[in-house]
Amino acid sequence: MRKVYIYKGFERFWHWTQSFLIIFLGVTGFEIHGSFSFFGYENAVNYHSIAAILFIILIIFAIFWHFTTGEWKQYIPTFENIKGQLNYYVFGIFKNAPHPTKKTVLSKLNPLQRLTYFGLKILVIPVMVLSGLLYMFYRYPQKYNMSALNIDGLETIAVFHTAGAFLLVAFLVAHLYLITTGNKPTTNLKAMITGFEDLEEEEVKIEKEEPIKIEEEKLPGTVN
Amino acid sequence: MKKIFLILIISAIAILSAVVWLKDKSVTTPHLAKLKEKYSKEYKVASDHSQYPALQKNFGTPQEVTETCLTCHNQRHIEVMNSSHWNWERPGYIQGKGIVYLGKKNAVNNYCIGVEGSEQSCAKCHIGFGMTDELFSFTDAKNIDCMVCHDNSGTYTKGSELAGYPTPALNLNEIAQHIGRPSRENCGVCHFFGGGGNNVKHGDLEKSMFAPTTEIDIHMGIDGPNLVCVDCHLTENHQMLGKVYSLASMNMDRSECEQCHTSNPHPKEILNEHTLKVACQTCHIPIYAKENATKMMWDWSTAGKLKDGQPYVEHDSLGNDTYMSIKGSFKWEKNVVPDYIWFNGTADHYLLGDKIADSTQPLVLNQLNGSYKDSRSKIIPVKIHTGKQIFDPVNEILIQPKLFAKVRGEGAFWKDFDWNRAAEIGMKDAGLPYSGKYDFIETKMYWPVNHQVSKKSEALACIDCHTRDNSRLAGLDDFYMPGRDYNPLVDNLGLILIVLTFIGVVSHGGVRIYYAQKIKKGEK
Repeated sequence: MRKVYIYKGFERFWHWTQSFLIIFLGVTGFEIHGSFSFFGYENAVNYHSIAAILFIILIIFAIFWHFTTGEWKQYIPTFENIKGQLNYYVFGIFKNAPHPTKKTVLSKLNPLQRLTYFGLKILVIPVMVLSGLLYMFYRYPQKYNMSALNIDGLETIAVFHTAGAFLLVAFLVAHLYLITTGNKPTTNLKAMITGFEDLEEEEVKIEKEEPIKIEEEKLPGTVN
Repeated sequence: MKKIFLILIISAIAILSAVVWLKDKSVTTPHLAKLKEKYSKEYKVASDHSQYPALQKNFGTPQEVTETCLTCHNQRHIEVMNSSHWNWERPGYIQGKGIVYLGKKNAVNNYCIGVEGSEQSCAKCHIGFGMTDELFSFTDAKNIDCMVCHDNSGTYTKGSELAGYPTPALNLNEIAQHIGRPSRENCGVCHFFGGGGNNVKHGDLEKSMFAPTTEIDIHMGIDGPNLVCVDCHLTENHQMLGKVYSLASMNMDRSECEQCHTSNPHPKEILNEHTLKVACQTCHIPIYAKENATKMMWDWSTAGKLKDGQPYVEHDSLGNDTYMSIKGSFKWEKNVVPDYIWFNGTADHYLLGDKIADSTQPLVLNQLNGSYKDSRSKIIPVKIHTGKQIFDPVNEILIQPKLFAKVRGEGAFWKDFDWNRAAEIGMKDAGLPYSGKYDFIETKMYWPVNHQVSKKSEALACIDCHTRDNSRLAGLDDFYMPGRDYNPLVDNLGLILIVLTFIGVVSHGGVRIYYAQKIKKGEK
């Protein structure tokens, strides 16, 4: 096992900012939805709008990063080994069986993760951003007398936006749990905080052939 | 680690400062400052009428005063005789009915029902002299009552049951010499007492507004801008802006907030966007009838009970009439939360003689048109006055009963308490059939609430409407409103999904812990 720098600085910044924003958007959003009251309706609306804009800015940076680094390839869905991965979660995990998908810097995600994140990136987030933008700006055609573009009402927009929000909450619950399914319960969390994770020797060797930064020396002592 | 915390802290600070920066700062806009300056100037009468020789002679009749007015203001009578204050009607186009001259002559309300046959009494609020019946000549200029609107001496009053003549023994010279712009008193003597008493009709126009505080009306408050009626009801050639939709049907000549305020008056853009669909009054008049109660329900069907052969009156603890033998039972309310409807400025009316489509449903006497989908419609606050009034179940029309007479025996309900006779005579006067059978039908009237604007600190907040429980707009269900509405299917499925995920996670975790311990034990 060797320490490998698996999550880059921006990636971690992106992940944690995104997680903060999504949770914040969820809390303010469900308050706007009428599920509970916490900030006060007016504040919730204002905060939600500000967080939404910040989130969109973050997404723009993230897209840029994904394409310039080629990291987007990590999310191409694959059905290879998907059965093995399912088997692991249903049986293997209880018997301390090894992870069926080897984690490497070039392939950080198992097939189930690939599929989930691909769905989030390609479906849920775009639907949320688009319906959110429409939510914010659907009155503009009427405001500027562009009656041809008039949107009759908020209902459809709201239905998509809320449905997406429920999916994200469910995702969050599962995601928080699945963090604990690393080699040790805290492995994945630590990796996303520090960027480093202990990966098996053989993969590191493979990685070594690539010009990948291995940070063992730079780090004083172990991360623990 | 440190780097990440630093980034998180910086972004948290950025978000917080953005929130603070975007938060509304209460500012007096330059526009508002200009308005305040404009209306702080005192009104001065342009000329001193007490010095005019023509006004020095002794006036025997009020008509003589009018004739004298017209010697100088020699075209004004044409304007006045072109006004609804004089004609008691105005032309309007009603969808499906065409051009209709609508007014007190042919409209029916659920207060005193109509003026027909009771002109002698009702003409107290007509700007003319001698309207004793429907044969009154609307072309005789000398019968215009200039003084009722323009008396600034504060002494002019019209007599009860005098067909619009002033009370005798007034000093008409004094009045004629103190003529000026209409004050709140001039308008209020009629408009505050419509329907037979203070605040009976409107709910937002009543005697406290002769000299209101800013608590009652932010614009008219004597401790504030101190505006009078005609500051907003702008008038040119005796044609006034603003009309009440009990008797109006078209979206024109309305008195609007935008005359002074811009259409984007809020510092918060999200509020300005609301003005596309929400009228100013909706948020800025959170309650009406602030000082005195207004009549909310009038049930004519109980009228006519006598005690020892005499009519009587009952009051509630606040002094409001709850029963009158001549009129029936009433309900009054104070500090009323308005109802809300969509309104595009046009209205339809029940006119005397119109067939009632369905007498089992409450009959709407003035239908205000509008809906969410209609881009010209806005949400407005209204007072809904419900009534129970006499109708002919055979001919299916509302009955205009004869109510008023000076003496018994003429068949007037207020003297003889006989519905059948009052209906028979009233309908004959109106030139309408009467089957001899009468019953009572529920009716509804919509009164837009436009006055008693509150301070901005008292305006409605988001949560007053955007809430699932007790939303002020709970009755307007033709559109989706965040906070109030949700799709039950999406919400239920969403909740089930979250609960299932949670159960899945907890049980999976539980099994993992169980096996982990088992393996540990095995190792031992």
